[in-house]
Amino acid sequence: MFSYCTDPSALEGLSWLSCYLTTGKHMGFYISFVVVLVLLAITAPVALLFGFAGATAARSRVAPLRWLGKAYTSIVRGVPDIAFFLFFVIALDQGFEWLRHQVKCPDWDAPVRQGNDFIVCDIAKLPLSTSPQWVHETYGFFLAVLTFAIVFGAFAANVLYGGMRAVPRAQLETAEAYGMTHRQTFWRILVPQMWVYALPGLGNLWMVLIKATPLLFLLGVEDIVYWARELGGTKNARFTDYPHGDWRIWYFLFLLVFYLAFTRVSEIVLERLMVRLSHGQATTGGEKLRKGANA
Amino acid sequence: MSSCLQTIQDYGLRSLGYGERLLPKTDFTLCEHFTLIGSGMLWNIYFGVLALLFGFFLATAVALGKASDNRWVRKPSEWFIFIFRGSPLFIQFFFAYFLFLSLKKSYPMFDAFTSAWLGALIVLFLNTAAYSGEIFYGALRSIPKGDVEAADAYGLSGWTRFRRIIWPTMLRLAWPAYTNEAIFLFHATTLVFFSAFPSWKQKGDALYYASYFADKTFNPFVPYPILAFYFILLTLVIVGIFGLINRRLNRHLPQERRGRIRFKPNLMR
Repeated sequence: MFSYCTDPSALEGLSWLSCYLTTGKHMGFYISFVVVLVLLAITAPVALLFGFAGATAARSRVAPLRWLGKAYTSIVRGVPDIAFFLFFVIALDQGFEWLRHQVKCPDWDAPVRQGNDFIVCDIAKLPLSTSPQWVHETYGFFLAVLTFAIVFGAFAANVLYGGMRAVPRAQLETAEAYGMTHRQTFWRILVPQMWVYALPGLGNLWMVLIKATPLLFLLGVEDIVYWARELGGTKNARFTDYPHGDWRIWYFLFLLVFYLAFTRVSEIVLERLMVRLSHGQATTGGEKLRKGANA
Repeated sequence: MSSCLQTIQDYGLRSLGYGERLLPKTDFTLCEHFTLIGSGMLWNIYFGVLALLFGFFLATAVALGKASDNRWVRKPSEWFIFIFRGSPLFIQFFFAYFLFLSLKKSYPMFDAFTSAWLGALIVLFLNTAAYSGEIFYGALRSIPKGDVEAADAYGLSGWTRFRRIIWPTMLRLAWPAYTNEAIFLFHATTLVFFSAFPSWKQKGDALYYASYFADKTFNPFVPYPILAFYFILLTLVIVGIFGLINRRLNRHLPQERRGRIRFKPNLMR
């Protein structure tokens, strides 16, 4: 990257390090941090959406919908989340391919599962075998996001369901007394008020989500864990300009510090958000703020 | 049926290295799925039980440390909890493995630490100690003031007061949350063989075999539900055992004030 980096073997100390840390592969490492942040930025709202749908379904007046919602929220209990990750990545992929297979090749009569193979017609493959590398990578990332959203959506549904139940009954009764319909009560009274009750749980969920991001590695995305292993491993002078021993411990120490810092920042932001949302709420937190403002 | 018994004989203890040397390669039967994944569960139970057992004592110490007035005790406890709760277990496994690996180079006695049975157990032990320590710390802070004052009035102090009043009350208050932590610790044990720790001679845990089947058959719809079945079973057993302990901890309370443990996923992990 820098002009003096042409002959790394002649460099020493800091200048060597500055060259070493700016090689093309290290750029890939830095970009993988962006990948993790993008994953978080996409997954969090999608999971919240899944959660909202799940929670709404779980308190629905239509029985089958209610069962569906309850089943979804309780399905993550009792089973390790990694199992879900490993399951959904294959299951979703096969599900999509099977759907496309049904639509695009209706006259295909061979079974989809033949022994140990899963065979769909060529034009139903996802992504098409002719598509460029980046399509494959994006598809893999998309599957990972969907998997994360499904698993964490179930957690979020649990939290939001609890939040909805925590809104004081009197609030809803008042809304009904004013002649609001069921729908109006839900959107105008329940939804705005549930957040403050759900926030501690959602905050925890965010922390859990952050800590689940290294599992991307298991889903086949080239994430920070992949690069840390790749870059940290012993490098022979024959294959690289920057030979070094086994440095994986330092790379993983760096990841550890990265996650600690990320968690700490999130904690501080969530605390501020909680204060914000507590304004004017009929909770002990809101009461405290009110008294503080008067004094 | 008899062939299934044969399979159980061959693979029932495969995860520990007994029985048939080679894993089945083709034409997997449902029986083989159940047997091998069940065999792998032995590792999950091993990791979970030992980490929980040792972690319990360290957690109590850490909780007391965090609640201590002495900052030389408090700060290390706070940092311990922060480091293990603030970073992903997955990364902790990787870091610990490479740490042990480099220690092994200078001191050969660290050889055992690089294998999962000891290295991963230590990480899980420290991890659960940090999470439970935080739970116990919270419980310690919500011990009713009156209980402690009553103990003082009876002339209890120091170790006796801790042993008779503070510790049982802390456990009683923390127990529902601690039950969740135990369940999630068992779930976390599935990460061991997917992080850096190598599985030697294909001896792995339940998820290791489940993903082995899924990779070989390209059909996730059989092995993973079986794994889920085993874990739900394990969860029920944990809830049962912890419920019994909970009953004992709360036996002095009037009937209607005894809380029953309701399993809610602990979102702390």
